[in-house]
Amino acid sequence: MSNFSVAFRDFDIATILTVYGELDAHTAPELESAIKKCVNEGKIYLIVNGHGLDYISSAGLGVFMAYIEEIRALNGDIKICALKPKVFNVFDLLGFPRIYHIVKTEEEALSLFNQGIQPV
Amino acid sequence: MSYAPSIHTLTIPSATRYLRRVRKFVTRHAQQAKLTETHISALILAVDEACANVIEHAYQQDPNNELTIAMTIESTHVVVEIRDHGLPFNRKDYQRPNVVELSRKRRSGGLGVDIMRRMMDKVEYLAHENMNEVRLTKFLHQSE
Repeated sequence: MSNFSVAFRDFDIATILTVYGELDAHTAPELESAIKKCVNEGKIYLIVNGHGLDYISSAGLGVFMAYIEEIRALNGDIKICALKPKVFNVFDLLGFPRIYHIVKTEEEALSLFNQGIQPV
Repeated sequence: MSYAPSIHTLTIPSATRYLRRVRKFVTRHAQQAKLTETHISALILAVDEACANVIEHAYQQDPNNELTIAMTIESTHVVVEIRDHGLPFNRKDYQRPNVVELSRKRRSGGLGVDIMRRMMDKVEYLAHENMNEVRLTKFLHQSE
């Protein structure tokens, strides 16, 4: 039984992927499928809401690395919001804030999309 | 903090769906030993990465194998040994990863060993006859 799930929701021009549970080498393919599904449907303004994410390992981080270039090449982006501190720490430790927008709320993430701001 | 040294072992089939069981095992014993949340989080992540590496690389995702996790908790440090009988880890292949570079190359792998090294005070690879062992050591500083 998987202890990870993704829920989809439209939010203005963006699509919110709310993730729950634990993202590890076993469950990372589920996030990968979810992102792939969005891209195939032309949804390229993605906000991953991590308020329900309790754990992430390198396999989960790897999903973000594998898709960000493809989505940015389409002028979209993946923005990440509402991470719990201990999950944010893992992103931070590996240097993700240098190339990914990681913000507190869905509204902040949407605002970055509306302003066309990309990470440096 | 004072408690008697304790040794705990867990053997799992080499499949990623058992990683959750490994994390619960580490959590349970670390909590029983009253380790801090910071130490527990570091141990969980490092052991998860080590086991995921064994499953993916040493056993090439073949579930018909087993790996054993042995966790020794002492008052000053914790040692976790992860043992397998698969392909040995090639240390010459290891380079500290760069998230920017990996993203540009659309690579999903390459961060696990870096996480283990950042979380632990020592990461050692030992090769025995027909057995590989990763030994993770975390010193228990009171401030963390």
